[in-house]
Amino acid sequence: MAYINGIGVISSQDLSRGFPETLQEYRVDFLPCLPPDYKRFINPIAARRMSRLIRMGITSARLALADAGVEMPEAIITGTGLGSVEETEKLLMDMDSGNTLLNPTPFIQSTYNTISSQIAINLKCHHYNSTYVHRSFSFESAFMDALMQIGEGMADNALAGGIDEMTMMHLDIMRKVGHWKQAPASNITLLQDSTPGALAGEGAAFFVLGKEPSASTYCKVEGIDMFHRDSPEGLGEQEIRSFLQSRGYRPDDIDLLVLGYNGDSCFDGIYDRFAGDLFSSATTTWFKHLSGEYYTASAMGLWLGAFMLKNGRIPSAVLLRGDAATPAHRVLVYNQYRGEYHSLFLLSAI
Amino acid sequence: MPVRVFVTGLGIISGIGKDLNEHVTSLYHSRPGISDIRFLDTHLKGEIPVSEVKCSDEELFGMTGVSSHEAYSRNSLLGIIAAREAWDHAKLGTRKKRRTGLISATTVGGMDQCEKYYQEFLKGDSYNDFIEIYDCADSTEKIARQLGITGFRTTISTACSSAANAILFGARLIRDGYLDRVVAGGTESLTIFHMNGFNALKILDKQPCRPFDANRSGITLGEGAAYIIIESEEAAREDAPEFIAELAGYGNACEAFHQTASSPDGQGAWLAMKKALETAGIEPGQIDYINAHGTGTDNNDLSEGIAIQRLFGEHIPPVSSTKPFTGHTTSAAGSTEAILSILSLKHQMIWPNLNFRDPMPELSFTPVKELITDVPVNYVMSNSFGFGGNDTSLIFKKVKQE
Repeated sequence: MAYINGIGVISSQDLSRGFPETLQEYRVDFLPCLPPDYKRFINPIAARRMSRLIRMGITSARLALADAGVEMPEAIITGTGLGSVEETEKLLMDMDSGNTLLNPTPFIQSTYNTISSQIAINLKCHHYNSTYVHRSFSFESAFMDALMQIGEGMADNALAGGIDEMTMMHLDIMRKVGHWKQAPASNITLLQDSTPGALAGEGAAFFVLGKEPSASTYCKVEGIDMFHRDSPEGLGEQEIRSFLQSRGYRPDDIDLLVLGYNGDSCFDGIYDRFAGDLFSSATTTWFKHLSGEYYTASAMGLWLGAFMLKNGRIPSAVLLRGDAATPAHRVLVYNQYRGEYHSLFLLSAI
Repeated sequence: MPVRVFVTGLGIISGIGKDLNEHVTSLYHSRPGISDIRFLDTHLKGEIPVSEVKCSDEELFGMTGVSSHEAYSRNSLLGIIAAREAWDHAKLGTRKKRRTGLISATTVGGMDQCEKYYQEFLKGDSYNDFIEIYDCADSTEKIARQLGITGFRTTISTACSSAANAILFGARLIRDGYLDRVVAGGTESLTIFHMNGFNALKILDKQPCRPFDANRSGITLGEGAAYIIIESEEAAREDAPEFIAELAGYGNACEAFHQTASSPDGQGAWLAMKKALETAGIEPGQIDYINAHGTGTDNNDLSEGIAIQRLFGEHIPPVSSTKPFTGHTTSAAGSTEAILSILSLKHQMIWPNLNFRDPMPELSFTPVKELITDVPVNYVMSNSFGFGGNDTSLIFKKVKQE
């Protein structure tokens, strides 16, 4: 297995000095990311030509590397559900206006692998480079690939991240098919809002996975798995038990859960059942009031789990059930997207 | 010893054929699939040639058995046809059930429908079935559903090397013990979106593409889908109907040079090919044929050619690009050309690089001009290089018939 030795996160909250005392409240259609301070990592001339998503990607990747004290990762792997939505829209709108002499930049930047390859260009990194684009398995696939790179002995340090952006146009389109709430909602009181649809969001979280622990280590990664359903349904008890068992654990060994509650009254019940059935004694936390919902939001959940293990504390702003005072040793992060895409990450304190 | 990975099924649809047999015939008779645009509704019709699958959407629906009232993109239909052919070729419907995954590659996703309905998505209040199928995962999910794959699935998008990376990741999942069998490949239909995008980059040839020619003038786009079934040695030995080839090596590297241009020394290509040789445990001299990426752009062919010279030195094996047959099927190119490479092993033939006339002054080699038959081909290297410098090279090995 591997260790999380560095993390870089961009979200709606300022996490640059640890977990904030009070969370910033938004009453919005979607939770926007705070603009990152990308000037530390990207030269301004290059930055001007980059889409917002690419700047977010490079910045969070560089923050993760700086956090881990690693200069050159031996793999760069990105998961993104939608890539540069804004650039895709620009090209579509340009085409719809009947323009036949298009600007090539949006086309290039709309290509999904642009994030991983721009990170490689920024670092001059010639190693393994890949991009996964499978809805809420995108980050999971990238993370699994990074774990495999380390397991295969191909990399001592691998960079893997999950990143997506939201635009008003995309929000409108997906709201029509019921993915998002019909009216603006508060991120802070999201779970008291019993309406259908999630609070949409966006974000970037990159992780440096290391073969060995280091001074900056957050936690040990014990395992990851993905489960697909053709129609919305929770995970079966046996599936969860066997995921834990194959790593040498039982449900009682889990003392902290990080769950992907997103305020959608149609699907949040899946988390209630998950936490209630097998893990009734575990402390329960959530994270989508920091990030909103998007295809790669589970990366934010993984960040929160790793953060709590490293710092030995549970911020009260993320606590749903149980005791914030007892430090956790073993964290299970569970995320699902509309009951179809489920993922589990198992982390242990070092 | 790492687990050996064998190819036990092939399925392909492209501009030169609707199934594997039609591909062998077209390759053998040097019949390219490139012609004027017939099916895609674009202002580039008559101006820029492409290699289309010679079927309307309705005909593709007919071939898949899916009702044309369902929201299926052309991309998904092509993928289903090719993946099902591979599935049946390996007789997976009747063999012992094992842990089976699907790794599919695409970039355009359901864009062919999205671009038709985009204004309706924005303005309409009513539900449009096509809204939910525009993303990359959609075609992968549709293929999984049609084949009855319930386990692991994911989608890779690394531009023009996507499908090669799908095969590479599939092989690693088998070697690392996560899966026994993988359906790996890619699908990409032509769309106005990427036709326009490539046209905006001014890299589409107005004539059929001429890879490795001194007067080459860009890409000819194509569409298609290609999937291979790969299995662990243990799974294949138990009940596979045929060992078609062995996936001996793979390498993935990044140019880290420029978003759309390849480096003058071909560093990414060189690294990818070198890593592939290392995982295969063979010397450059053992490669009998290189199925090159060879897009026909100034930049790629020079960079790839230099990389081949650097790696193979004085002993460059026969090289050809088969893109003058199939066009550049972008995200499906890696698996399309993997299958053409495997057919080279199977038939002991080397496919010609059509449309080649004048050697490039910068290179010491010229590509294969005519079909070569009755030639020993034991190892073949298949190159796929993408925008952003995502370079991948695969090596397939002939299987001794036992």
